[in-house]
Order: sequence, then structure tokens, then C-alpha cells
Amino acid sequence: MITLSRSEAGPAHGARTADGSPAGDDPAPAVRRASLGRALRRARTLTFGLRTRLVLAFLLIAAVTAVTTAALTYREARNALLKTTQDTAVSSFRDQVQQTAFSLPVEAVTLQERLREIAAKGKPRPWVVFAEYGAVRASSGANPVSTVITPELRRAAGADPHGTFQRVVKDGEPYLTIAMPTVFAAGPDTVLPTRLVVYAVMPMTDEQTNVDALLVAARNGALPGLAIALVPALLTARSVLRPVRELRRAARSMGSGRLDTRIRPQGNDELAELAHTFNDSASELEHTVRELRQAEARARRFAADVSHELRTPLAGMLAVTEVLDESAEQLDPDTARAVRLVSTETGKLAVLVEDLMEISRFDARAAELNTDEVDPAEAVRKTLQARHWTDDRFRTELPEGLRALLDPRRFDIVIANLVGNALHHGGAPVTVRQRTGVRSDGSPVLITEVADSGPGISPEALPHIFDRFFKADAARTRSAGSGLGLAITLENVRLHGGTIHAGNLPGGGALFTVELPLHTEGHVG
Amino acid sequence: MPRVLLVEDDPSVREGVELGLRRRGHDVRSAATGEAGLVALREFHPDLLLLDLMLPGMNGVQVCRQVRENSQLPIIMLTARGDDFDVVVGLEAGADDYIVKPARTEVIEARIRAVLRRIDDPGQGRPAVEVHGDLAIDRAGLTVTRSGHRLALAPSELKLLLHLSAAPEQVFSRQQLLEHVWEHSFHADARLVDACVRRLRTKIEDESQPPRYIQTLRGFGYRFGPL
Repeated sequence: MITLSRSEAGPAHGARTADGSPAGDDPAPAVRRASLGRALRRARTLTFGLRTRLVLAFLLIAAVTAVTTAALTYREARNALLKTTQDTAVSSFRDQVQQTAFSLPVEAVTLQERLREIAAKGKPRPWVVFAEYGAVRASSGANPVSTVITPELRRAAGADPHGTFQRVVKDGEPYLTIAMPTVFAAGPDTVLPTRLVVYAVMPMTDEQTNVDALLVAARNGALPGLAIALVPALLTARSVLRPVRELRRAARSMGSGRLDTRIRPQGNDELAELAHTFNDSASELEHTVRELRQAEARARRFAADVSHELRTPLAGMLAVTEVLDESAEQLDPDTARAVRLVSTETGKLAVLVEDLMEISRFDARAAELNTDEVDPAEAVRKTLQARHWTDDRFRTELPEGLRALLDPRRFDIVIANLVGNALHHGGAPVTVRQRTGVRSDGSPVLITEVADSGPGISPEALPHIFDRFFKADAARTRSAGSGLGLAITLENVRLHGGTIHAGNLPGGGALFTVELPLHTEGHVG
Repeated sequence: MPRVLLVEDDPSVREGVELGLRRRGHDVRSAATGEAGLVALREFHPDLLLLDLMLPGMNGVQVCRQVRENSQLPIIMLTARGDDFDVVVGLEAGADDYIVKPARTEVIEARIRAVLRRIDDPGQGRPAVEVHGDLAIDRAGLTVTRSGHRLALAPSELKLLLHLSAAPEQVFSRQQLLEHVWEHSFHADARLVDACVRRLRTKIEDESQPPRYIQTLRGFGYRFGPL
């Protein structure tokens, strides 16, 4: 008597496909992920915009979620589908085998008849039944030996008396193979296997079709999901980017000097917090800058006020220096020296105060340019003549017939300061050269060069030569001028929209180059 | 020697300038306020007024306007501010020249002499009275009439008109005018010319028409005519 044992353990043993990969791991999602990754990289190389990155990140999350969900659903559905078929098949096969009385000893002919009977009752699908008993091979089909049954199943059938099954893919066709060893009852609780093993081979083409349909459904569900995910992605990117864009605009506005720029914080998120932080920093900055500006304005006003206050007493003193100078001749030597000292220093003080006033006007942006069209060569000649700089210490190379629109008074100061500086700190002869040139932007310029024959400017002094009260020679406590001459020169050149450059000649001597825009008018108005 | 009335509120400046000018032989009278200056003007009959712009009470510009109402007295402003705006306002009020304080006495005296100097008459052999349109310019008598009415011209205005009309249609740059009319050799302030031209135009031109006698050549300067 042969009884068949439980088959509950069966499916657990057989949840593997013949190719060895875990069931449900379809290659399609992996391929999609890889192509998405490539697209992502390409997008990154194209643009690193925050919006792009946000949308891509959103889509990536959506894609991973959709694919994972689809894959899990697919796997569960597939397993459930296959399990139903398997369970039905196994239990049906077990019943068939149980109900069949195999006569012993086994003969191939009778065995084949029994197998045909079982095969006729294949459930849920028709199956082909094989039997193996020692060297005896029989089947319900044409071939006595199945090509689908694997050695593993044979081993498993031999090792496990309760029977087992395996899913096999052969030539692209899926099959369910069931091995059922026949047993006989040796006692009330013990069964012993006979050496007769019955196999059923059942094509599972229908199940495969259903599983394929499931896969297509999962894929078709994931793609529109991704497309729909783009909408919230764009909306989120927009809502995140709006404050960011506002922040950028505000930062740019601050950068351009509008320190009262503030952001209106919206909501309670991190971006609102960022806006608050920005506003706080902006207030702090505005406050500091305002204080600095006020301090600077106070300092400038103080300098201007001091200079102004000094002018009135100086006006009285300067008016009488002549009286002092003339009277000194009749005084005793010591008093005469003292009187002359006061007279000379009063004159220097007047120059200093005048220069300070001039600098204060530049600082307060109160300096005006009163332009006139003049002959620049004539202007240079007049500057030299007015200061009696007409001897052989001075050389000029001036082109004739030029016209330039400039402020004659300020141009006079520029030339006088440069020539005076060359004379006092450089050495004679001093050369004033004038020519026209073209700027890099194509506009014509008037170039005036003042060169001396002294030792030149030391490299350490060169960057500071236009600083106020800068002394190139530390040993010299006071120069002939106020110490503001070159600073005033620079301001005057700038007021003209020009540039000034200090350098040294290859053969020694300092060279100052002034470039002023050479725009001229010249029509009857 | 010229008689100079100095109106200056600061005692040390007043004393210093007075001392310096007197030393150079000028007859100087000084006043501390604008009001006192106007009173002194009537008693002293100066040849020239040296006027500080910043005065307590009536300021220099107001004094200048009041003097100009009925007098062609040469006026030189003294300005301590150096503020460009003040200079222009003072020049518009009728001052002939200005000096920025502090100034040496030699500078002050040179300006005084320049303002007082009669213009060299280049028109030898010309008729005593030249007629240009409605204007009749008497170079010998130094008077100008417009349609028969005598014009009250400040010294700088008269000099400028005489200089321009001596060479009709010739263009003078502002720099040239400053040198010839004001005798400024350098760091000349062209606004002096512009202010004087504006004042002169209000007196000789028809205000509803574009300037006829003193024409502007932008970028070059000014010229007299062509009529």
C-alpha cells in the first residue's frame, strides 16, 4: 500500500527558477534605472541649475518609488499566481498518484497504462507523467524519459520522501515539474518509500502569459506615474525657488549699494528663516555702514571746518606778511630772522589750508568741472610762464593746433603740480611732452607726460605716490609743497574722466602720464 | 592813489588788509558790517569797494545788489568760502571780480589795479562814437547808449563790451577775455566771463530775442555781432 505524504513543504523548496536568479527580479527596472542615471548625468553636465536638480531629484525619487512598488507588486502577484497553479497541480497529482494502485513488481507496460490514466486527469492543465523505477522508464507520452526533469529534482525526490517540485524553463518554455515518490505504510505512523518515483511535467505557458501581462501592467502604471510626478516636482521647485530667487535679487540689490533692501519672509520653513537671517544681517550691515559713513562724513566735515576756520586768521596774517618782510630790514638780526620765519611759514600754511580746502571739496563731491575748449599746448605754456618756469631747466614738446575741452584752472593745477613735483623731488631738466592717443575703447585722448631727470621713484613708494601727505623720502620731514599736490592732481584728472600713471623711465627719472578724454565741441550755439 | 572801502566783519582780516593796502599807498576806509559799509560809501566816495561776502546781518551779495542799483562803482568780492556757488551768486549780483581769502596784499592790489585800469583804446582813427544797431558806444567818453538811453554799466561790463566791439565778428575765447579784460594771467575762472556776459545781455539785448550783440560760439567763446 502506498500513501502519499504532505506537499505543503513543496512550494517552499521550489521557489527558484532554473537559471538560478531570484524569482521576481525582472531585468527591465534595472535597465530603466540605468538609463535614467545616464539622463541625470547628462542633464548635470548641461546645467546645474537648482530647478533642474530639484526636478530631477524629485523624478528620481518618484522613479525609484514607482519601480520598487511595481517590482514588489509584480513579484507578489506572480508568486501568488504561480503558487495557486503549483498547489493545485501538486495536490491534484498527489491525489492521482495516491488513488493509483501500482502493482508490484513494476512492469513497463502496466506502468505505462497507469501513467496514461493519471495523465488523462491532469489538473489544472494536462500534464505528461513519467515514472522511474530502477532501470525501468515509462511515460504517458511518446518519450519514456523527460528532457525537462533536472538531476536536482531527481536528487531531491530521492532525498525527500514527501515529494517536491521545480519550475524549469526549457527552450524558452516554462514548465512545472513535480516528483512524487510512492510510499507504503510500514506501520500506523511510518511510511517507507518504494523506489518508484512518479513525475509530472506540466507546461505553464498560460501562467507565463499572465505573468507577462502583469509585468506590462506594472510598467505601464509606473510611466504615467512618473509623468504625473513631474507636476508636483515643478510646483515644489517653483515654491522653493521663488524665495531663492527673491534672495538672489535682494543680495544683488544689496551689492549694488541699496542697503535698505529687505525680503518679505513667507511661511515658517527654513527658507523663511533664511529670509529672516538675511534681513537681520542686512540691518546689521546697514547700521554698520551708516555709522561708518557718518564717522567718515564727520571726519571730512571736521577737516573742511578746520580748514575753513583757519582761513580767516590766515587771511589777516597773509595780508601783513609783506609788511613783515619789508620791516625786517630795519630790525636787529634775530628779530628779523624770527619775522621772516613767521612770514615764510604763514605763506606755507596758507598753501596747505588752500590744498586742504580743495581736497575737502573733492571729498564732499562739491568740486565742479568748468570746461572750456582750449589749446592744450598753449595752456601748458601759460602754466610754465605764470610760474616763471621758462629757463633751460624746462623743455617742452608740444604739438600745435590741438583743441581740447577741459577745465583750464584745473588743468593748470595738474601741470603745475606735476612740474613742481618733478623739479623738487626729481631733477632738472623737466620735460613736458604732449601728444594724442587712442584708448582701448577707441576714444581719443590727450596724453601729457611730465618727465624729470632725477633718480626716479623707488618701487616701494610707487604705489603710494598719490596718497595724501605721502613722503617718498622719510628723512625729509617736510616737502616744498603741502604734501597734497599729487593727491589733488589725481582728483583733478579723475574729475576730467582721465587717468594718471606714475612710473620710471628706463634710463632713470620719474615719468607721470596724464590721459584726458579729448572730446571737443565746436559749433555755433 | 585809489580810495578803497573795505567791508569785512573779521577784525584781524580787516586790519591786516587795511594795513597791507595802506602800506602800498592806498587810502583805505573800512567798515565791519554791510549797513555801515553803505553809510561809509556815501561819505567816503571810494574808487573801489572791497566787499566780503559773508557778513552778519546784510550780507555781501545784498550790499552788492544795492550798490549796483544806482552806481557803477567797481566792486571786488572777498570770499572765504571758496564755495563755487557763492562766487557765482556774487558775480550775478554785479561784482566785477573776486578774490579768494587768504590772499597776499600784492594779489589784492594787482586785482584792484586791474579793475580800475581803463581799457586801452585800440580804436585810433575811429569816430568817437560808434553805432552798432541800437547801441551807441562812446569810446572817449566811456558811455554806452541804447536807443538814446544811457546804460549804467559796471566797469567789467563796459570793458567787456568795449573789447568785443572793437573787433566786431572776431571770436574771443573766454581765456583771452579773462586775460584782456580782467588781466588774469592764469588759473582763470571762466565763470567770471559768463556771469559778466549774462549781466551785459540783460542791459543791451532784447530779452525776447536770441542774443544779437554778444553771441556765443559754443566751444570757442564770444563775439560781437554780426548784427
